[in-house]
Amino acid sequence: MRYFLFLAALLLSPLAVSVAQPAAPTVEVSIEHFAFTPQNITVKVGTKVNWVNKDIEPHTVVSNDQKFQSEALDTNESFSMTFDQPGTYGYFCSIHPHMTGTVTVIP
Amino acid sequence: MKDHDISRRGTLSCLAWGGAGILWTMAGGVPIASALGAGTDKMSKAGAFSFVQISDTHIGFNKEANPDTLATAKLAIERINTQAPDAALVLHTGDITHLSRPAEFDTAAELLKGLKPTELHLVPGEHDVLDTKRSAYLERYGAVSQSKGYYSFDHQGVHFIALINVMEFQAGGQGRLGPEQLEWLEDDLKGRSASQPIVIFTHIPLWSLYEAWGWSTQDWPQALSYLKRFGSVTVLNGHIHQVVQKVEGRVSHYSAAATSYPQPAPGHADGPGPLTVPAEQLRSVLGIRRIESRPLQDLTVKDGALA
Repeated sequence: MRYFLFLAALLLSPLAVSVAQPAAPTVEVSIEHFAFTPQNITVKVGTKVNWVNKDIEPHTVVSNDQKFQSEALDTNESFSMTFDQPGTYGYFCSIHPHMTGTVTVIP
Repeated sequence: MKDHDISRRGTLSCLAWGGAGILWTMAGGVPIASALGAGTDKMSKAGAFSFVQISDTHIGFNKEANPDTLATAKLAIERINTQAPDAALVLHTGDITHLSRPAEFDTAAELLKGLKPTELHLVPGEHDVLDTKRSAYLERYGAVSQSKGYYSFDHQGVHFIALINVMEFQAGGQGRLGPEQLEWLEDDLKGRSASQPIVIFTHIPLWSLYEAWGWSTQDWPQALSYLKRFGSVTVLNGHIHQVVQKVEGRVSHYSAAATSYPQPAPGHADGPGPLTVPAEQLRSVLGIRRIESRPLQDLTVKDGALA
C-alpha cells in the first residue's frame, strides 16, 4: 500500500510532467489596440515570451533599461525573448511610449 | 465648432466646411469664420504671403484603410499646385513614411519634388525614426539641424520653429521635447520682439489633446513658458489625422488632416490607428491646409479636403 501511494505521487507530481516536456515554455503577449495584453505577466525562469503585433500600426518592445529591444514590428510580426534571470522587467513601445508592460520572472 | 467638440461628426463637418470654402481667422485668440474670397484680395499687399501644410503621407502603408497612400499623396500635391502655386513654402509635419524604410523615403522624395512651391521644410513623425539610429531620416533631412532634428528660420518677418517630439520618448510618457531642445528653444526666442509672429510646426500635438492615446507632449508647459510673452503663436501639427483646433492663451493649435487615412476621434474606438471608411468617402476625410500671413494681422488657417 505504501509503495502504491509513492508511485501515484511520482506520476502526478509536477516534476514528472516537466520531465515529459523538456522544451522551454512559451508565453504569448498580444499587441492590440495600442496595448500589451496581458499587460503584466509572471513567468518562471527559462520561459520564452513571444510578443505578436496584431495592430495595423507598427510597434516595438523595448525594456526600460534598454536590456532588450525589438526592431519595429509590422502587422503579424513577432519578437521573443527568453528570461533566464529572476527579476521584474518593465518595457514599453518606443514608438508609442504610453504603451507599457512588465514581465516578472520568478525562480 | 467648439474647441471640445472633437467628435467624429464634428471633425467631418469641420473638414467639410474647409472644403466648402470657409476661412478661419484668428483674431485676439477667437476663431472667426468668413466666406472664402472675402479676404483673399488683401493677399496682394506687400509683405503678405501664404504657405501650405501637408501631413502624414505614410508612404509605404498599403492596408485596408488606404491601399494606395502614394496616390492620395500625389492628389494632395496636385491640389497644392493648383490651389496654392504661389505658396512661399511647404511644411511637412511628419510621418512622411510608414516604416522608415529607405525605399519609402526615396519614393516620398520623388513625390515631393513634384511640388510647385520649391521651399520645403520637414519634421519627422515617429514613423520616420523607427530605425534605431534614425539614419534613414537624418541622412536625408538632418543637415539643416546638424542631425538634432529641431531648427528655426525666418520668412518675411515670421519666425518658424521646427520642434521634434518623437525622438526623446520615455516609458509611460507622451511626446517629449527633452531638456536639450528646450534649452535651445529658450535661446532661440531670446531677444526676439514679442510682436514677431511665431509659427511652430511639429508632429504630435503639443497640448494635452488625449493622453490615453499618447496625443500630447509631456514637457510642453516648459516650452509654453518661453512663448507666453509673444502676441501670436500658431502651432501646426499632424499625428492624429484629423482637424482639431484649440486656443491656449495666445497660442492657437491646429491639428491637420492626413493625406493617407483618418483616425478615430479621441476615445471613440478601442485605440488610435487607421480608420477604414467607405472607399468613396476616403478623400473627403483627407486634406491639406493653406495658411495666409498678412502684416499686423493674425494668421488665417484654411483646411481643404481632397475630395
